[in-house]
Amino acid sequence: MLLGVAAPTLAIAIAVAVSSVVLVISGDDPFEIYSAMWEFGTQLNSIISMINRAVPYYISGLAVAVGFKMNLFNIGVEGQYYLAGILAAVVGAWLDLPAPLHVACICIVAMAVGAAWAGIAGVLKATRGVNEVISTIMLNNIVGLGLGAWLMARFRESETGGSLQIATEHIPASGLMPDLNSWLEKIGLDVPQGSRLTGFLLVAIAVGVVFYLILERTRFGYDLRASGMNAWAAASSGVSSNAMVVKAMLLSGGIAGLVGMSYVLGDFGRFTGDFPTNLGFTGIAVALLGRNHPVGIGLAALLWGFLERSAQRLDLMDVPKEIVVIMQGTIVLSVVVAYEIVRRIRAAQLQREVSAQTDDERVSDVTGAGATA
Amino acid sequence: MSILEAHTVERDPGDRSRSSRRVSPLRWVAIAVAGFVVLAVIGEITDSGSLTGRGTFGAAVRLALPIGLAGLGGLWAERAGVINIGLEGMLILGTWFGAYGGVEYGPWWGVVFGVVGGALGGLVHAVATVGFGVDHIVSGVAINLLGPGVARYLNIVVFDDRTGATQSPRVSGDVGQLDLPFLAGGPILGWDTPDVLGWLARQEWFVLSDIGGALRGLTGGLSLVVVLGLALFPLTWWVLWRTAFGLRLRSCGEDPIAAESLGVNVYRLKTIAVTISGALAGLGGAVLVLVFASIYREGQTAGRGFIGLAAMIFGNWRPGGLALGAGLFGYTDAVQLRDEAAVHSLLLFVAALLAVLGVWSLARRRSLGGVLAVVAAIAVFAWWALTDEYPTQFVGFTPHITTLLVLAFASQRLRMPAADGAEYRRGQGR
Repeated sequence: MLLGVAAPTLAIAIAVAVSSVVLVISGDDPFEIYSAMWEFGTQLNSIISMINRAVPYYISGLAVAVGFKMNLFNIGVEGQYYLAGILAAVVGAWLDLPAPLHVACICIVAMAVGAAWAGIAGVLKATRGVNEVISTIMLNNIVGLGLGAWLMARFRESETGGSLQIATEHIPASGLMPDLNSWLEKIGLDVPQGSRLTGFLLVAIAVGVVFYLILERTRFGYDLRASGMNAWAAASSGVSSNAMVVKAMLLSGGIAGLVGMSYVLGDFGRFTGDFPTNLGFTGIAVALLGRNHPVGIGLAALLWGFLERSAQRLDLMDVPKEIVVIMQGTIVLSVVVAYEIVRRIRAAQLQREVSAQTDDERVSDVTGAGATA
Repeated sequence: MSILEAHTVERDPGDRSRSSRRVSPLRWVAIAVAGFVVLAVIGEITDSGSLTGRGTFGAAVRLALPIGLAGLGGLWAERAGVINIGLEGMLILGTWFGAYGGVEYGPWWGVVFGVVGGALGGLVHAVATVGFGVDHIVSGVAINLLGPGVARYLNIVVFDDRTGATQSPRVSGDVGQLDLPFLAGGPILGWDTPDVLGWLARQEWFVLSDIGGALRGLTGGLSLVVVLGLALFPLTWWVLWRTAFGLRLRSCGEDPIAAESLGVNVYRLKTIAVTISGALAGLGGAVLVLVFASIYREGQTAGRGFIGLAAMIFGNWRPGGLALGAGLFGYTDAVQLRDEAAVHSLLLFVAALLAVLGVWSLARRRSLGGVLAVVAAIAVFAWWALTDEYPTQFVGFTPHITTLLVLAFASQRLRMPAADGAEYRRGQGR
């Protein structure tokens, strides 16, 4: 138990040490910088910003984790959420429905698009044996290098009102997700001007709970994990590995479809050129850090959000905020190294215990035999 | 716990006989010539000479090389049993260090710095995966995070006051060029040899002149870094498949336990292989800086590390196939850059390719695949016939769709090294 906590703590300590060395080499005082980051990052509007950043990372991490649970590497979350973001925004602007239904419809469209795009990779793997790493990289590039731009050109809003920004039509108010500021005020917090806690937080939590229930508490989840751990064993108990590949990719892509929705249904209210990229790749790091567990992924996503938010303070101190990226990379690397070390210590411990036990038995056998003789 | 094990499982036993039969080099040449003739004919019909023009092939080589070098890096690592998804990060390290060396000490030092920068990334990956037994994908993802972060951080620290956060100053000077003697009129000992291929290309003989032009593009006006990069492909083949060192290295990727039992130091070989892998990706980054842009710019690599990885899988973990895959990406990029309208005529080429594939599949009684390919061929042909241009936005991802299609038809013939991505501890036994 103690060892379980030791690993992530050790990793963060290593990351802090490495970035301190980098900072010292470039002539800055690490302690001053960390305390400034902490002070800035723990203000209420920073915490709100941290959560807002963590929401898409969390969903992205869950999408990647579904794949990992069955030994599939869905590196294509990137393309899946981007495509889903565009098409869901287009459909959302076109629909005219009462409020909760409208939001639900947009989310369903996003999930369907994400699932379909990931499903291509799943079907190719199941029927043609195409490695999903390479097919999802190709699918990412297809979206990023042209399909996205082509769709934007087709569906860009007709009345730009003089603005040069390329964007889809606005989604009507009934299709937007309200923020949670009123909840914060209810518990007595004074939300600063301009800060909005995204309502999509609730969706993210719901996805996390559903993720847990499906994977850990259903027959389907069991089959999926079994198929990932040992495809032959699962196949001999009647689980088709190919069918599981397709289903896992559909599930992963469906979750991935929701990654960008907190932007589309929140601050943007449509799809614009400012739609963030790289959330899919961040999801991989977050899923790895969180050990594919919904709670762990949540903590990792919050850590990422905190680091990125508090890095904004560094600009004022004339320190490159990329130090945070170096920190993130080091954390990912050192956390797995730390887990590996812990795993070896545990294995050695177990071995010692077992051998001590068997030694005892042997000794008692020998003495027992001596007594009767 | 390796994440990438599952896809070796689902191959059905009937495929073994087919996958073990290798296509001979002569047949590859025949296929390449046939493909080229079809391209030339299409260029003639649609009046878009840039499909087979000499500039196109020269540009294709330059565009393919960074992808190919990244892929070659992947090949070294994976042949030794270490999956290297961190190629993109190592490529980025190569671009920044290459630019730094180039700006401070001159272009050839840029090459050296780029190689060293990439090798450092490779070394980190080696220490994590070989030394600590960390999952290869995890370590690679971390390096893809670290690469751009380190590059940007260093750029701000070193060059911010001169050129800003996201780019470096211009590398002045050039590494020099090479024209091959006799083929492209390069000099030998001060004597200008005849430019045979150039002469052939100017004759306007159908197909022959096209071939001459293409080869002229491949043999003349080559940057010396490009020559160096190209030479690494046959060199890699020779080292890995014709030397004892290569055999030992590949045995680490196929069965490290057996290699260990024969006295091979598996840790050492894997570490060497992964470091070389990073060095090759770093050279790819240096090529991007020194041959294309003359500066380091953020986002310059544009996912070429990933594409290199794809080209390597496409090429069945062999240098020749990898070069073909990288060439495919380079060629479509080159056509697009030089003559966007010509891409429309490539549709006809794709239709022809699909038709051949369909007929071939039908002849081998694989009716479903065959029918699908023929239907697709007709659809693409109709697309070509009914439209005048190909949407410009589609041009960028055409090679990626092509790769997907090729893999969908050919991937069952691929075989990765047997212990690729598997964890190995010394003395673990079976």
